[in-house]
Amino acid sequence: MINIIQTTIGAILTLSIFSFLYKDNPLYRIAEHLLIGISVGYIIGQQYHMGFMNYVITPIFREGQLVYLIPSFIGLMYLGFFSQKTSWLIRFPIAISLGIGAGYGIPYTFQASIFIQLRETLTVFSEPGITGFGIFSGVLFLLGVFTAIVYFFFSWKHRGVVGIVAKVGIYFLMIGFGASFGLTVMGRISLLIGRFLFLFKDWLHIIS
Amino acid sequence: MKRQIPLMLVLTLGIIYFFVPLVSTPWVVDNLQHEVFEKWLKIIGVFAVIMSVASLWRRNAVKIKRKSGDYAYSYLELIGMVLMAALAIIAPKWNIGNGMVLGGIAGNSVYNWIFMNMQVPMQATMFSMLAFYIASAAYRSFRARNIEATLLLITAAIVMIGRVPLGENIYQFMLKLNGGEAAAFQWSRMFDFQGITQFILDVPNAATKRAIGFGVAMGMLATSLKIIFGIEKSWLGGTE
Repeated sequence: MINIIQTTIGAILTLSIFSFLYKDNPLYRIAEHLLIGISVGYIIGQQYHMGFMNYVITPIFREGQLVYLIPSFIGLMYLGFFSQKTSWLIRFPIAISLGIGAGYGIPYTFQASIFIQLRETLTVFSEPGITGFGIFSGVLFLLGVFTAIVYFFFSWKHRGVVGIVAKVGIYFLMIGFGASFGLTVMGRISLLIGRFLFLFKDWLHIIS
Repeated sequence: MKRQIPLMLVLTLGIIYFFVPLVSTPWVVDNLQHEVFEKWLKIIGVFAVIMSVASLWRRNAVKIKRKSGDYAYSYLELIGMVLMAALAIIAPKWNIGNGMVLGGIAGNSVYNWIFMNMQVPMQATMFSMLAFYIASAAYRSFRARNIEATLLLITAAIVMIGRVPLGENIYQFMLKLNGGEAAAFQWSRMFDFQGITQFILDVPNAATKRAIGFGVAMGMLATSLKIIFGIEKSWLGGTE
């Protein structure tokens, strides 16, 4: 019985959202606003148990670690947002999060997004037992990275040799964007198939 | 003062935390990394969520109070929000049959039931609807006007065919026409959509993603430096 109820609720909500394909209508708006409300409620529940209880209530009130009153006090400054007189207070928690995040992010970005990626790019031929096709792929890969970077390099005008290299870069970028587009479409289509399977298999039992 | 102190905080913390990953002494790792970076920021983040929720509440409450526009839908938003929050935080963990409990966020709670049977289907449907809009936009705008557009079009088509059974069926049919795996000249390889798709994803697509990744990393570094040294101040908001 509970299975029928839950699939019916899911199906009604699914159909309500699909109704937008015809035009904007009250059924869609109901589902849309319900989705926002439930999503926010879900986040509240998760944050309360995983964040507030684990990092504020338990350490401060049950374990007596009063040091956590400092970040709690800083966090409370966010609530100054609700009065015009105190709205400037939210700059403090933002400044602390932003300062720590930006400072910590610089060496981390260098390491993870530049050095490691550069090493992986330059060592494409170092695989043991590399075949002729592997070497061809490696050359093409290096050419793709180099030409695409040249395309994004605006300190020189894209004329002459630089222009030709940048043009090759555009071709690589177009192939890359085409592949990303194809993957995105297929991802959405598989989600759509999933929803139709839910409607026709799990709910209506029309297909086995 | 209201602007200078936050700017000083960003500068000081930015410089200190620039050295944290580089200076990995036990004191630095324990206090500045594990304690402040991992726990303090989470605590501050919890209050940011409280602010966001309160802000959403206020927005809907004002709409209802003024009876402006489609204010009736705001009730639904608030009901969904309050219901889920109450189930997760206030409701007692009573057994309500079928192995389910009323309160809490456990796998067998009503809170989780609503998430799985209402939020997940609605979210999946929202994203799946984009398939129609992407297809419609592609139909209207995809034209092989020049080499670049043609490359994009052909690659997208190959990747889409290579990701469905049709691609493999075409290849198997061509392979048969070619005389099977034993044939001397394997022209049917041109129809190996799955193989070609994998090659496109592994080589040109990965190469462009890496190049874009370098650009993104440089942008992140530049933005971080601008924030730390107070060149970028938009986060302060207002002028006071």
